[in-house]
Amino acid sequence: MIFVTIGTQEPFDRLIKLVDELAKDYNHEIIAQVFNSNYKSENLTIIDFVNPKEYENLFKKADLIISHAGMGSIISALSISKPIIVMPRKASLGEHRNEHQLATAKKMGAIEGVYVVNGKEDLKANMDFLLENKNEKVFKFSNMASQSLLASIKNYINSLN
Amino acid sequence: MDIGLLLNNLKIMKKVLAVASVGGHWIQLTRLQPAFEDMDLTFMTTKQSFKEMVPNYKFHVINDANRNNKIKLVKVFFDIFIKIVKIKPDIIITTGAAPGLMAIIAGKLIGVKTIWIDSIANVEELSMSGKIASKIANRVYTQWEDLSNDKIIFKGNIIG
Repeated sequence: MIFVTIGTQEPFDRLIKLVDELAKDYNHEIIAQVFNSNYKSENLTIIDFVNPKEYENLFKKADLIISHAGMGSIISALSISKPIIVMPRKASLGEHRNEHQLATAKKMGAIEGVYVVNGKEDLKANMDFLLENKNEKVFKFSNMASQSLLASIKNYINSLN
Repeated sequence: MDIGLLLNNLKIMKKVLAVASVGGHWIQLTRLQPAFEDMDLTFMTTKQSFKEMVPNYKFHVINDANRNNKIKLVKVFFDIFIKIVKIKPDIIITTGAAPGLMAIIAGKLIGVKTIWIDSIANVEELSMSGKIASKIANRVYTQWEDLSNDKIIFKGNIIG
């Protein structure tokens, strides 16, 4: 199964449409989580908002994850060592309130297991690569924030009267 | 432990209100939980189903809003404000986005200490909410060293 997720804030039909157009090249079921979508998909199983447990299960079950460049998706994938293909939203196309996903994708793309794409051709190339190379190395995030950050917050709160 | 000692402990336990909208902001917030050990922790987010991620804590739901809908922002602000007055936290901590900023503003108005942690997604500059929060909150953290300065603290990030 291939899981596509675009987060909880705004639609991202450009990505859903690209995956829909590529779907016929793959035998996998493709489940796409959308938000306020106007796009009529022909080849995808479309779901709206999913609760956190279902979302976690979809991540675990997926052979491949394709996402917007949102940190929720990236953290969810790398916490369980799953590779993730991300396509940044562009504010210039009305897909977000600012262009930060381009910068997020650039930084996160340096981490093993995060594959940044910008269009149909590189999306397909990365899908093919990851479906054929299931043992590619993926960095694993720890389950919690940095010890130094946790300690700093805890000490500050404990210092309050 | 006798009842008197127990009550005394409850009284000195810091009451923490942790706020974030669902999605990436919320996931980042949940990764801070070890910082609140031995504290009285309450979560606040924008969807009821997220309670299942923090089943052992008190939990409040608020509506989401962003700066594209000003009227809704005002309504959500009053809802958050009233909830915070009732909860009476010692400290409000948030990872964003707009509802988190509103919680910081509400906290400021009633004299509650506040911490803003800017999302790890903001790698080149603080978010717009983060820039506003940095003028209001008692503490502001960035998760990128490049963005830290004498007021904005870098101590690591939520990915560990």
